[in-house]
Amino acid sequence: MAKALQDIGPREYQYGFHDVEDYVFKSKRGLSREVVEEISRLKGEPEWMLQHRLKALAIFQRKPMPTWGADLSEIDFDSIYYYIKPADRQGKTWDEVPQYIKDTFDKLGIPEAERKFLAGVSAQYESEVVYHSIREDLARQGVIFLDMDSGLREYPEIVKEYFGTVIPAADNKFAALNTAVWSGGSFIYVPKGVHVEIPLQAYFRINAENMGQFERTLIIADEGSSVHYIEGCTAPIYSSDSLHSAVVELIAHKNAKIRYTTIQNWSKNVYNLVTKRAVAYEGATVEWIDGNLGSKVTMKYPGVWLMGERAHAEILSVAFASDGMHQDAGAKVVHAAPNTTSNIVSKSVSKGTGRTTYRGLVKVYPGAVNVRSNVRCDALLIDEESRSDTYPYMEIEEEQVAIGHEASVSKLGEEQLFYLMSRGLTEQQAALMIVNGFIEPFTKELPLEYAVELNRLIQLEMSGSVG
Amino acid sequence: MNEQRFFAVRNLHAAVEGKEILQGVDLTINPGEIHALMGPNGSGKSTLAYTLMGHPKYEVTAGEIWFQGENIVGLSPDERARRGMFLAFQYPVGVPGVPLATFLRTALKALTGKEVSALEFRKRVREEMQRLKMDESFATRYLNEGFSGGEKKKAEVLQLALLRPRLAILDETDSGLDIDAIRIVADGVKQVLGPDMGVLLITHYENFLKHITPDFVHVLYRGRIVKSGGRELADRLQEEGYDPLLAELGLVAGTAAAAGGER
Repeated sequence: MAKALQDIGPREYQYGFHDVEDYVFKSKRGLSREVVEEISRLKGEPEWMLQHRLKALAIFQRKPMPTWGADLSEIDFDSIYYYIKPADRQGKTWDEVPQYIKDTFDKLGIPEAERKFLAGVSAQYESEVVYHSIREDLARQGVIFLDMDSGLREYPEIVKEYFGTVIPAADNKFAALNTAVWSGGSFIYVPKGVHVEIPLQAYFRINAENMGQFERTLIIADEGSSVHYIEGCTAPIYSSDSLHSAVVELIAHKNAKIRYTTIQNWSKNVYNLVTKRAVAYEGATVEWIDGNLGSKVTMKYPGVWLMGERAHAEILSVAFASDGMHQDAGAKVVHAAPNTTSNIVSKSVSKGTGRTTYRGLVKVYPGAVNVRSNVRCDALLIDEESRSDTYPYMEIEEEQVAIGHEASVSKLGEEQLFYLMSRGLTEQQAALMIVNGFIEPFTKELPLEYAVELNRLIQLEMSGSVG
Repeated sequence: MNEQRFFAVRNLHAAVEGKEILQGVDLTINPGEIHALMGPNGSGKSTLAYTLMGHPKYEVTAGEIWFQGENIVGLSPDERARRGMFLAFQYPVGVPGVPLATFLRTALKALTGKEVSALEFRKRVREEMQRLKMDESFATRYLNEGFSGGEKKKAEVLQLALLRPRLAILDETDSGLDIDAIRIVADGVKQVLGPDMGVLLITHYENFLKHITPDFVHVLYRGRIVKSGGRELADRLQEEGYDPLLAELGLVAGTAAAAGGER
């Protein structure tokens, strides 16, 4: 019965269109000290940031490529454009955004989503944020939601205090690269006790071929505040590869709550190598809701460092790898304080020659008593040649803890398919229903609009050339 | 050869993993008729059910299955379902993450080709569930996940009631149920019966047949229907077991039958 599924043709990627390039500035290919200096100069940055970038560049050049994880040998750092500035200035209304870029975001449904259910929107095109808005009531309460460049300009003291403290440049080769050439991303500060009830969203779009997008996001939730941030990503289909290498740092102060939701749907030629990490202080909660579809290779392990008592981490992820893709994703939780808790749920689906890897770390430091951590990873294989691997690392240096781990690998069940088909569902409908059910623990955490969108994206992945 | 009967199985042979289980089944069902299929364990009853519904593991090696003028051998299970066939499973499989109501609505749409309004749908589901004495919470629970044996059977009958097939095959829908549940499930089935619908009732408990009176009773043995009759055949089997009948038919030795031994 699985035959019909194997026969499915190349998948449809509906965001594969691209615009003609009409840019204010495009750096030359390749990475050098000159490119880094030029980015910093064009942005009119303070000297300390330039020094920070140059130090990071040296680290990047010194560090070897990671030899673990996915195959990165085909990345050609010399062919990449590290900085592209599409427009002169940022729009506060969509009318101020260049028409062709606005059209792109229209096609992606962003302005409509903003009108319907978002508290603030940031839209990044290539290296720069081209549109930005926040609801007035939030701004009046002191909520800052800016692109990172404006954040650095307008709140240099906050940026200097936190930038690179959660993920230093030396953390890994790609964090170093991002620190050297970062541009765009979001800067969010939520003051004490303020609750941002509806989500803030950023949307990232790569347009040019061989583009490298290196956005930098910093979210600070002050004591007792809460915020939900959502990001989405797409890119055109080109024959050669693009690189997306973001760094995202979250700081959840005492009793604060940050939820960070990602629905990534890169085209099949994007290397997506992202470092995401949070620190959670006493009583704080950080939730990573991470949905990974598309891309050629994704390596991403959202992490939470639980620094204060009763801090809690929640990491839910879904990875969907179709033909030729490798999703190497997972989660990291470090319990550095007593009575901290974490819950990791990873769901992966591999279709055709797609490959998923769960790679996770739970670490408990000595003295972090009464830690509770639960890890659950489930893999679903659609076809015979699909592949999934699990690498759950545990470093437990305290005895008084409760750590649970469960893992399962299942094949799309013939009996389930038969059962659903005997009720009139076609094989594709049946498979889709099983897959959607499989990832339901993830989907139910999404706002309705995103759950619908995710189900639609998975339907596209499952149905291939149909529709 | 075209067969204009409502439902007719002709010389059906089927194999599972190369082993032939069905060895020439003949069976005709007309609209409005209830046929009970009985037989000792391992005689091929469930194999027949799966084969009729088109399970990919059950390969038809010879014979035909005619349904409303069409030989459906070679049609996929969903094509058979859309033509009006339904199988109530003996062991319904769980589908995690899919609420029962979501599944029912998807199935209803797949079968009828049109969307049912949410309000209308909810009303119908609620009515049917009340009839089956199912708690309303089942609508939001995941399909067959963590259901008890009896709950699963009720969920199957709920589907039967909502999907309204033309030919229903009930594979031991009575097994694993206590006496009260058998009555409720039987009542649920009776509610669905009508002059347009044919039923193949697979059972080896005569108990179920007290509630639903079959028009015909067939005995399947070693992949073949060896005896057909009316209600009285079920009564006899209830009283004597299979062996005397099989001995009479020359299928088992009389002494073994008398000792109640199994061959």
